[in-house]
Amino acid sequence: MDTSEDILQQAPPGLIPGSGTARAAKVTRLSPSFISWLQAGPMMLVFLAFFLIPLVFVVIVSFWDYNEYQLLPAFSGRGYTDTFEGCIAQLPDLCTIGKTYLMTLKLCFLVWALTLFIGFWVAYFLAFHIKSKTWQMGLSLLCTIPFWTSNVIRMIAWIPLLGRNGLVNSGLVKTGLINHPLEWLLFSEFSVVLALVHLFTFFMVVPIFNSMVRIDKSLIEAAYDAGATGFQTLVNVIIPLAKPGIVIGSIFVITIVMGDFITIGVMGGQQIAAAGKIIETRVNALQFPAAAANAVILLAITFLIITMMSRIVDIKKEL
Amino acid sequence: MTETTKKTGVSRRTLLKSTAGLAGLAAGSGAITGFPYVKSAETKVLRYLGTAVNEGDDISKQCLKDTGIKIEYITATTDDVTKRVMTQPNSFDVLDTEYFSLKKLVPSGNILALDARKIKEFDNITPVFTKGETPGGKKIGGQGTAPWKVLYLEGKDSKKFATSATEFVTLIPTVYNADTLGIRPDLIKRPISTWAELLNPEFKGKASILNIPSIGIMDAAMVVEATGKYKYADKGNMTKEEIDLTMKVMTEAKKAGQFRAFWKDFNESVNLMASGETVIQSMWSPAVTKVRSMGIPCTFQPLKEGYRSWASGFCVSKGVSGAKLEWAYEFVNWFLSGYAGAYLNRQGYYSAVLSTAKAHMEPYEWAYWMEGKPAEKDIKAPDGSLLEKAGAVRDGGSYEDRMGGVACWNAVMDENDYMVRKWNEFIAA
Repeated sequence: MDTSEDILQQAPPGLIPGSGTARAAKVTRLSPSFISWLQAGPMMLVFLAFFLIPLVFVVIVSFWDYNEYQLLPAFSGRGYTDTFEGCIAQLPDLCTIGKTYLMTLKLCFLVWALTLFIGFWVAYFLAFHIKSKTWQMGLSLLCTIPFWTSNVIRMIAWIPLLGRNGLVNSGLVKTGLINHPLEWLLFSEFSVVLALVHLFTFFMVVPIFNSMVRIDKSLIEAAYDAGATGFQTLVNVIIPLAKPGIVIGSIFVITIVMGDFITIGVMGGQQIAAAGKIIETRVNALQFPAAAANAVILLAITFLIITMMSRIVDIKKEL
Repeated sequence: MTETTKKTGVSRRTLLKSTAGLAGLAAGSGAITGFPYVKSAETKVLRYLGTAVNEGDDISKQCLKDTGIKIEYITATTDDVTKRVMTQPNSFDVLDTEYFSLKKLVPSGNILALDARKIKEFDNITPVFTKGETPGGKKIGGQGTAPWKVLYLEGKDSKKFATSATEFVTLIPTVYNADTLGIRPDLIKRPISTWAELLNPEFKGKASILNIPSIGIMDAAMVVEATGKYKYADKGNMTKEEIDLTMKVMTEAKKAGQFRAFWKDFNESVNLMASGETVIQSMWSPAVTKVRSMGIPCTFQPLKEGYRSWASGFCVSKGVSGAKLEWAYEFVNWFLSGYAGAYLNRQGYYSAVLSTAKAHMEPYEWAYWMEGKPAEKDIKAPDGSLLEKAGAVRDGGSYEDRMGGVACWNAVMDENDYMVRKWNEFIAA
């Protein structure tokens, strides 16, 4: 955590002072903006080659036609019209894509709210109650434990815990709280949300923690001296100052959950619709243009959500 | 085979060393008799793209020992294998895939048919593939993409399936099986004899099907026919109305909470069944065996409506030619020569050339796996682990009974695009 802070606090690229050696003198002769480009360049090229160009292809392919075994590079809106099939005809019932996005957004909202709540308090604990930097590091590393095994193994491991004959159910039955095992513990919306929260709280903790440790402690002391209660300090000092972290964490979580189909698939018993799953089914059937069209729609909706969030907090300014 | 396993147990290292030595010898001898170039001294390597079904380590080791050909496995799911053939035809040499994907692969022009005349055992391939009947003469159900409908091409570079035998074979048959429902007899506690049981409300929240739309819908069609609701002209090639009808039945079952989970991966199916999350589900034979080897009762239940079958075989990438093509033929010929066939038979699959596989199996093994007789001795898996105690009888009985009872084959429908859209609708319902 400390190191990233140090990097952020370094002087802007153009202002690196020369140290008097010949090499440094040479460097200072280059224009500051050139050096900035040079520094941003590698990342920009990677971004261009592996993100922007493929994305352009996806958009292009989404307007192509296809048959059973190949792409037909002729303009066709079929990928889109098929996707929105029945959306008007079936009113007031929702069409497939409508139902799918409703479910995706619902899961997304639940996971976001829970990871934010849990992540905020974990970060708060790490930032304000743990004094030693080593312990802060150690404890935040603990949050990465869910990532130590592969997705599939993690998923399979939920069965002995939440399954019909799993630990939780047999425990509850033995204590006499329930007579029959709870079916909704696994392969349900509940288990999907649980698994996603378990995985992605980490993505909330890190940015929020990062914002919190940068809060000047004297501000909190000042609030205390001015007679603010703990709750008032939290609402008026800490939350506003931790906002960039909250927004960044939220962007992480929302973008991941919007596109997820593996966790939703395995934990939902493959019976819960997800925007990503539609794309997967299409790709597996070699219907690439239809898959691309769905990817473009998903991207647009995710982008819309992110834009709305950055309206609330200007991240660039806050950083 | 059994002998080799025992040896491995005693000294794995020695075996490996001798294998490597033999491989070196084989490569060396090739250099003398074969091509007089330096290039020929390199090891014969074939990149083998396929699903995990045929890709045993023992098979590649034995192949290296016998032929000097080094097999590099590229393992993927059925869908991903097809995707790879379409998008990266140069990333593999030998393709091991299922017959139903040929409807997509052949028109793409990315695969090369093999010449039947260069396959030594071609005339000994089971009539299941060539005539659509068992060796005993039982007629096999031909709904869906039955192998004999897509086995031959009209010409070398033709994209049309021939109606009668030609020498251009799309896929040289290797392995196939008849799939049905797996059940937990200890939890169901009564006989199961029809596909209709899959959607019986008695098993609400305890049923499962395969999460591959084209196969899942065929299982559903077996159920629809079993309940007497509808009779399909071809379950493997439904009309739009038939797809609607089938998906409606499935959607109602899903909404009523019939399905616990759909599975896609071999291990998922084993886990669902072993943990008791499901008690009835479509399954693969080795998965049932695996559940049983964990000490949990599981039956690969024969049903009166018959089996849904699948088959796979070998072809090569269009980029393969010259010496590499010769190695490919050598490899395919080796594969049909018995060792691999016996290996597959011992897993509960069936090999394409029965005579050579039989020669590589003990008589008691053959009697258990192929003739449906009670096991005289304990039945062991290819890795030596115990599968069945003496006295056990294979579920579904003999080869004749099981393959003769096939009702339909895995397929890609003409209305595949529509079906996939309906499947997404079903998931969202």
